Amino acid sequence: MSKICIVFDRLRSEEKMLQKETSNLGHDTSMLDAKITQINTDNKKTDFDFGDVALERCVSYFRGLHFTSCLEFLDVPVINEFNVANNCGNKMFMTLLLKKHNVPTPKTYFSFSKDGAIENIEKVGFPLVIKPVIGSWGRGIMPIRDKDTLDAIIEIRELTDGPHDRIYYLQELINRPPRDIRVISVGGKAIAAMYRKSDGGFKTNIALGAEPELCKITNEMEDLVEKTSKAMGGGILGVDMMEDEKQGLLVHEVNNTVEFKGLAKVAKNNIPKEMAEFAINSVRK
Amino acid sequence: MNCPECDADLNIPDDASVGEIISCPDCGADFEISKKEGSNVKLKQAESVGEDWGE
Repeated sequence: MSKICIVFDRLRSEEKMLQKETSNLGHDTSMLDAKITQINTDNKKTDFDFGDVALERCVSYFRGLHFTSCLEFLDVPVINEFNVANNCGNKMFMTLLLKKHNVPTPKTYFSFSKDGAIENIEKVGFPLVIKPVIGSWGRGIMPIRDKDTLDAIIEIRELTDGPHDRIYYLQELINRPPRDIRVISVGGKAIAAMYRKSDGGFKTNIALGAEPELCKITNEMEDLVEKTSKAMGGGILGVDMMEDEKQGLLVHEVNNTVEFKGLAKVAKNNIPKEMAEFAINSVRK
Repeated sequence: MNCPECDADLNIPDDASVGEIISCPDCGADFEISKKEGSNVKLKQAESVGEDWGE
């Protein structure tokens, strides 16, 4: 019998499903709230109930990332590893890795100042999509179709002046149907997929009201998921793809702490069970 | 148990766990279960959605 430690900061149905399926597989779980856990440099792994492997499931990206670094310091195997979380959590790092590993991804332009961004856009032309390098649930992702929108976005960034506001991530606007595809990858294997349909707007995030619908996993998707997983460093991922009219499937986002509540209701595979099995098997190897 | 914010009745399921969020049906405030021993439940103000929240 093995034990999985589920690290959370907000106990959602996903974490409860993982707990239940681990138990159904005949293994133990410990539930650890990262918000109330204190760790110091003299701590040993045995000071905590981390079990054999930890599943990092914090809803707060930075909390999860920093907690993962502590887990790895204590030699606790963790899914996902720090490098995977870091690679997926920053859209620029993620895009560069996708391209480096020959995963089809939208053409993306990077600038490192307001003036650099304006010069870049003048060269490339409209439309483009601007995305914050760190962010989720579609927040801050905006299509830029004209100079007025560009000026407004740059002005807002100048006012907020956060450290990441000086990094401009600009992407080609993909001509696609009003939906994208979310594939759940467990150890590089595509286990379930859904279409996320826009309700008429530009974004297709479930958190923003997009309608989920089961999607058949094709050989092309399996291949892209395997390559994407290798590029990010493995683990459990949510791989988002768009259907470009000319270029075919493009991977545009990879999620580290994947949400699967909606998909679990309609998927043929038992998603939390496969995740729990993967975690247990990862420490048996 | 009553809502610490508006005093409305809060329905806390028997199988609710520590760390789970309970929303008040009347005022909409979110509370996190910080302690649960049988029917003895303690709530604390839930964290508000952070800029880095989400997948």
